[in-house]
Amino acid sequence: MSANKTISTQPNPTEGSKKMLIAMVGIGVICALLIVLSYEGTKERIEILKAEALEKAVFKVVPGISKTRIFELTAEGTFVPSDGKDRSKTLVYAGYDDSDVFKGIAIEASGQGYADILRILYGYDPETQTVVGFYVLESKETPGLGDKIEKDETFLANFKALTLALAEDLSKIQNPVVPVKSGMKKNPWEVEGITGATISSRAIGNIIGESSVKMIPLIYSQKETFKSAPNPESK
Amino acid sequence: MTPTKIADLKAVPSTTDEFIKGLWRENPVFVQVLGMCPTLAVSNSAINALAMGLATAFVLVMSNILISSLRNFIPKQVRMASYILIIATFVTIVEYGIQAISVELHKNLGAFISLIVVNCIILSRAEAFASKNTIWKSAIDGLGMGLGFVLALSCLGAVREILGNASIFGITVLPESFQEWIIMILPAGGFFTLAFWLFLFNYFKLKKAKA
Repeated sequence: MSANKTISTQPNPTEGSKKMLIAMVGIGVICALLIVLSYEGTKERIEILKAEALEKAVFKVVPGISKTRIFELTAEGTFVPSDGKDRSKTLVYAGYDDSDVFKGIAIEASGQGYADILRILYGYDPETQTVVGFYVLESKETPGLGDKIEKDETFLANFKALTLALAEDLSKIQNPVVPVKSGMKKNPWEVEGITGATISSRAIGNIIGESSVKMIPLIYSQKETFKSAPNPESK
Repeated sequence: MTPTKIADLKAVPSTTDEFIKGLWRENPVFVQVLGMCPTLAVSNSAINALAMGLATAFVLVMSNILISSLRNFIPKQVRMASYILIIATFVTIVEYGIQAISVELHKNLGAFISLIVVNCIILSRAEAFASKNTIWKSAIDGLGMGLGFVLALSCLGAVREILGNASIFGITVLPESFQEWIIMILPAGGFFTLAFWLFLFNYFKLKKAKA
């Protein structure tokens, strides 16, 4: 296009750019407003529903329980019974069977997956010092690939008896959970990955690894607190 | 084509025409064969298909309305970016909405809700219709196309759930002696069912045209 033509069809290029800029910024502002409004409008209900879903998931990760009780981790590193309303606190969910016997504890953990933050729940039994269950609470992993972490049976079998044994002084985990490639699992503390969902399955191994290093020594040392918890609420 | 039909096409389409067009004559799935990704992926059960269809229909109507009302304000050069921004906004709103309805449903639909942004039905209606027509007409067009998509997805979802799980909307409808066709729930079942519906749709269309 010649310079003359440009001038004739677009009399003022700055005017054109200005228009584009105003349009984009204007639409951006409208969109931002709409998003903020709907976020604020649904926030409360989503939080309630998420909490309900989480409590239901506790029954999936700690087998053989019929009641749960929520505990929160205080700044001093002790667990105290909680109503579970303050979501900013670190919460754990103790599970009890029909005769009020403490069976295990569900721990929520999260970390970066492939697409977004992965939120998971895993069950821990202090008696056997193993992971006894695993459930994905929130995931946006690629359908058909990354979402295998929720469906792949070989992968889920990792969490039936994943060792979280503590070292002799009980202050740390002897062998922290680590992810390994598919077919390379040799030790009971390794999480065998999925071919085709490498990043997502590796992320799960790392999330449990990081969370358990912090939480398990604390939980184990206070397992009597959970055992003696009075009148766990019935579900 | 008969002369009356040609005259029909030349005439300014009525509101009902705009609506019916999306449902039947230009059905986004069965005729235009657009939006195949969610059609095949989320139609494994009737409830998922219906939820996905309604979510897409909502985004389609709302984005058509907003794009149409801003059509004289959006410069040609940045129209695509603007459309995507508007579509993405409504998808985000839908995502919050679905989460507020049911966490379980949100989990089932998973990443496909976010993928509504790139559903070509929505962008194609924005570019081909909403950017050239009035707000009212665009809303009707969006509603027609959206419900056409709901219809198509529900057709697929119903067949797949009945054959694959012996149920519809989670309610068992076939006797226990019925051996479920697991393949219908799997991705391959989506292709089979879609082929079946496309065949049926085109068969009746041809028959009607010949008559």
